[in-house]
Amino acid sequence: MEAFLAQNIDAYYLRIMIFIGINIILALGLNIITGVTGQLSMGHAGFMSLGAYTSAILSMHFATPFFLAVIGGALLAALFGFLIGIPTLRLDGDYLAMVTIGFAEIIRVFFLNFEPGGKAVGLSGIPQDTTFTIVWLIVIVVIILNSKLFKSRVGRSLYAIRENEIAAESCGINTTRMKVLAFTVGSLLGGLGGGLYAHYMYYINPQDFGFMKSIEILNMVVLGGMGSIPGTILGVVILTIAPEMLRVVAEYRLLFYGALLVILMIFRPNGLLGDVRIYDLKKRWGKKEVKPW
Amino acid sequence: MVILEMEKISQEFGGLRAVDGVNLCINEKEIFGIIGPNGAGKTTLFNIITGIYVPIEGNLIFKGQIVNRTAPHDIARLGIGRTFQNIRLFDKLSVLDNVRVGCHGVTNSGFWSGMLGLPSSRKEEKLIIARSNELLEMVGLYDKRYEYADNLAYGEQRRLEIARALALKPSLLLLDEPGAGMNSIEKGELMGLIRQIRDEHNITILLVEHDMNLVMNICERIAVLDYGRKIAEGTPSEIKNDDRVIQSYLGVGA
Repeated sequence: MEAFLAQNIDAYYLRIMIFIGINIILALGLNIITGVTGQLSMGHAGFMSLGAYTSAILSMHFATPFFLAVIGGALLAALFGFLIGIPTLRLDGDYLAMVTIGFAEIIRVFFLNFEPGGKAVGLSGIPQDTTFTIVWLIVIVVIILNSKLFKSRVGRSLYAIRENEIAAESCGINTTRMKVLAFTVGSLLGGLGGGLYAHYMYYINPQDFGFMKSIEILNMVVLGGMGSIPGTILGVVILTIAPEMLRVVAEYRLLFYGALLVILMIFRPNGLLGDVRIYDLKKRWGKKEVKPW
Repeated sequence: MVILEMEKISQEFGGLRAVDGVNLCINEKEIFGIIGPNGAGKTTLFNIITGIYVPIEGNLIFKGQIVNRTAPHDIARLGIGRTFQNIRLFDKLSVLDNVRVGCHGVTNSGFWSGMLGLPSSRKEEKLIIARSNELLEMVGLYDKRYEYADNLAYGEQRRLEIARALALKPSLLLLDEPGAGMNSIEKGELMGLIRQIRDEHNITILLVEHDMNLVMNICERIAVLDYGRKIAEGTPSEIKNDDRVIQSYLGVGA
């Protein structure tokens, strides 16, 4: 499979597609926390770095098989998501955003000084086990499980928390528990994406997972449409490809990138697919009795 | 039989006594009204009953069990449903999904079974949809079940809130100004709906309302609050002729 792809697809495009896959996993994780449950988290890169470093150290120092290493990283990120979730999810809005930024910074500074993680130099020589096939198989599984979850009783209650927390409580939803759950699952995906990233990049260093990385992932979710899986995927595709396409304008690349965000937010404040439903589209096209999915 | 009992319930907000030693007994299958001027503590009382506030004094007894410190979601699961004065729907969920969320407290399929689509959760989901459709039919919103909740007209939103609260299979339903913003025809329908809920579903109803016509017509017993104190309690005709009630509403006569 890999050999076939390498022969037929330009290495550059293959690389971008792998990044899109990894970013989809990261963004779907954040989508559960911010898009679906409505808890503004600005520290997703923190969970990503936990997954990246844990899995890298596992496979480099302990010769753990690739899959186990990545899963180990994801589980550790989930554990931290859970532990941090319990005290902080009683906060909401801006306060939660501040705490998550702080958490991601702590993680970053920790790895800057962490001996087995190579300190500021970073870790290099991580086995390059992440391939196109592996990434996209995981992406497909993650998408399927996400969409199943969102249509289930628990998923609905997460949306309800985003829409109105007090009303959600009055429906018998234990909102604190559900928020911790969302945070744990979201962090798990963050760690999973981080592990795959580390095993693709061959080299990681703490600066890869700074505040801007968190913001980049948040942008993908917000731009595509909060709480929508197709929206998040679209946001990831656009924001992963855009910087590449904008290479023609050289140094002004990030300027255009910023302008693109501003324009999109003005015209689609809810994100590209944030409130688009097939049901509404069909109704507009004039079909009468339609089902929403 | 008494379903909900309040013993000397008090609540303070920064020195302001919003509710002051209120005693109240609500009997099963009763339609009970609470009235009072603005700021009398009616909504505060509702928030105490539903566990949003913990009263600083007194006991709240639901079906013989003290529920002072019970969290709101546990209160809901015990069987107290409510609607809100300023409508609180899940705006960007469909009408049907709003009611399906309402079923949350009486269903229990968990994270894994939902995500993996296990038979138990699929079966439960079918029941939830059937029940939700039934409730939507009852409040007359079945045809709009796939619309976003915030696309509904005001009166429809109020009815949707009632349907959502009923999804919880409550034995006590709290309605906070159910008639606010409705025209007289809608209010007439609302009264019918409230009676239907009580008669067909055997649900006790406690409501706060400003519209005297509605309250006097539908409630069997009424309590009047003023400055956090209960100043009168009785049947609608007793309340209408109570001197203290007339005073607090119209001021002291010359």
